Amino acid sequence: MKIHSKIYMALIMLFLYAPIIVMVVFSFNSSNSTGVMVGFSIKWYGELFNSSSILNALKNTIVLALCSSVISVIIGTLAAVGIFMLKRKWLKSSILTVTNIPMMNPDIVTGVSMMLLFVFVGQMLGMREVLGFGTLLIAHITFNLPYVILSVLPKLRQTDPHLSEAAQDLGCTPFKAFFKVVLPTITTGIVTGFIMAFTLSLDDFIISYFTSGPEYQTLPILIFSMTKRRVTPDIYALSSLIFVVILVLLLIMNITQSRAENKSKKLRTKEGY
Amino acid sequence: MRKIVSSLLAFALLLSVIFAFGCKGADSGSMIEGLDTSKLIGEYTKELAGAKLNVFNWGEYISDGSEGSLDVNAAFEKLTGIDVNYSNYDTNEALYTKLSGGGASYDIIVPSDYMIERLINEGMVQKPDLSKIPNYKYIPEEFKNLYFDKNNEYSIPYTNGMVGLIYNKTMVEEAPKSWSSLWDSKYSGKILMFNNSRDSFGIALYLLGIDVNTASQAQWEACAEKLKEQKQYLQRYVMDEVFDLMESGEAALAPYYAGDCISMIENNPDLALVYPNEGTNIFVDSFCIPKSTQNVEAALLYINFMLEPEIALANAEFICYACPHTAVLADERYSLRDNEALYPKKKVKAEYFHNLDRDTLDLLARLWEDVKLY
Repeated sequence: MKIHSKIYMALIMLFLYAPIIVMVVFSFNSSNSTGVMVGFSIKWYGELFNSSSILNALKNTIVLALCSSVISVIIGTLAAVGIFMLKRKWLKSSILTVTNIPMMNPDIVTGVSMMLLFVFVGQMLGMREVLGFGTLLIAHITFNLPYVILSVLPKLRQTDPHLSEAAQDLGCTPFKAFFKVVLPTITTGIVTGFIMAFTLSLDDFIISYFTSGPEYQTLPILIFSMTKRRVTPDIYALSSLIFVVILVLLLIMNITQSRAENKSKKLRTKEGY
Repeated sequence: MRKIVSSLLAFALLLSVIFAFGCKGADSGSMIEGLDTSKLIGEYTKELAGAKLNVFNWGEYISDGSEGSLDVNAAFEKLTGIDVNYSNYDTNEALYTKLSGGGASYDIIVPSDYMIERLINEGMVQKPDLSKIPNYKYIPEEFKNLYFDKNNEYSIPYTNGMVGLIYNKTMVEEAPKSWSSLWDSKYSGKILMFNNSRDSFGIALYLLGIDVNTASQAQWEACAEKLKEQKQYLQRYVMDEVFDLMESGEAALAPYYAGDCISMIENNPDLALVYPNEGTNIFVDSFCIPKSTQNVEAALLYINFMLEPEIALANAEFICYACPHTAVLADERYSLRDNEALYPKKKVKAEYFHNLDRDTLDLLARLWEDVKLY
């Protein structure tokens, strides 16, 4: 039984990581082919740092992902707290449903409708070029919001509602009580929401495609435009680098977390809990 | 919790390191490396410095500084001080959607022949003042007065090419002469086909000897039948996957654009290209200036710059498509000058695609869906 489950795990790992491994291997290919491995070379990593178009698109993508995820975390957390505080059940559930729509909606519908809205508003304001960073940012915040709300709400439900009341009893204003007591207890939810929003925004293609303008091209759009010809291997090099960075970050996070847990366990045993 | 915050900070730090690298890369790219400005014919002053120019071009369709090539946009920016916003599309239809959607204004686009016809018909492009593009003199006669722009008023050719039949010499006994090789049961499971309706139907039309721009419903339906018949021998429909499948020898025959075949042959010398006897598709991608432009002067300057012999040479070497430019074709440094695939010695029978009317386009879309689901 044990061997079976091990084989099963190995297969799943292979299934998940084989494409990434192939990509990493071919990023070291000395020719631009993904069919034939000609020789080993790191030239594509050099090319990557020489290609102004890819670096510019990468910069655009990261700036957009950071801005949109930070803003949607702020708005989303506030929204989650507001929804949580609502007394009337039907109002609560209907607001939740409405906020979930951008998540359920197919990307293409969101993308096209947003483009139409932006163009319409732009024409009303007499702007000739409305599509650009601003519209991309609004679109990304829109589809990020439900994920932030959905990851913060359960944390709010888990926290004891009396905590905030106790803090107010001890002299906090409601505002202070939120920042000193409620916010720290829901931080994990907020961080999860932030990471979700960041990654979603990082790899969105369809919505960005419709809402972007001539001045702000993101990496997914650039890569997609290469598919008529050949996706250059410096993209593989870039993707490999992103993969390694994320892997290292996850490892660091896991290690620090498990250390912190060990520490708090020791503390608890010392204090005799 | 502090740990999470600190690891997030570490993440931000890493990102900024990538950025620092990125900015460094971009800076070194903005120097005019490999371009002798004294060889430029036109005058490029900083008169329009600070202007914005939105260029919308195909992906991988300009010499961009990779692999030691010239970074054309950076050189133009350096010379003129004009800010080039360069973005990309992957099909003519995507270009059309973006252009007609509004909300974004482009100053230069590079549509293909049939899309130029459509844009002219719909009044979406303007007539550039050719006297401001002195380098227009390098355009060969055969690329002037083409069907979509009979009086040379709207478009300035940038690249051209033909669709050829690529085959693997070790897997196909003798060089194919006809598109019918793509229907040959001998190569069953080793045949690839275009994953786009116009090119796929085009091949069937040539094979059946029908005009590629036919408006007859019956003829399009006959083609669909022909394509259905081919499906039993087909490995799959492809676009850029064709590179891997042909280079690795997983497929033996595939139609594709001749310019892209050159890089395939570099990776696998067993590959070769032929132009079938029945005829094939020729295309031209040309610069156009949309009506919605806000900066005609800068756009004209950019087009003139792209037609500089030095710049056109750099682009021709990078793109590997045929280059409609007399100075480049006469230049001894041009490595593809004698390439048979790009510049066949024997005249190839080739026809342009025309813009189809809406009914035919709808019919084509429906038939293509039929074929793919068959």
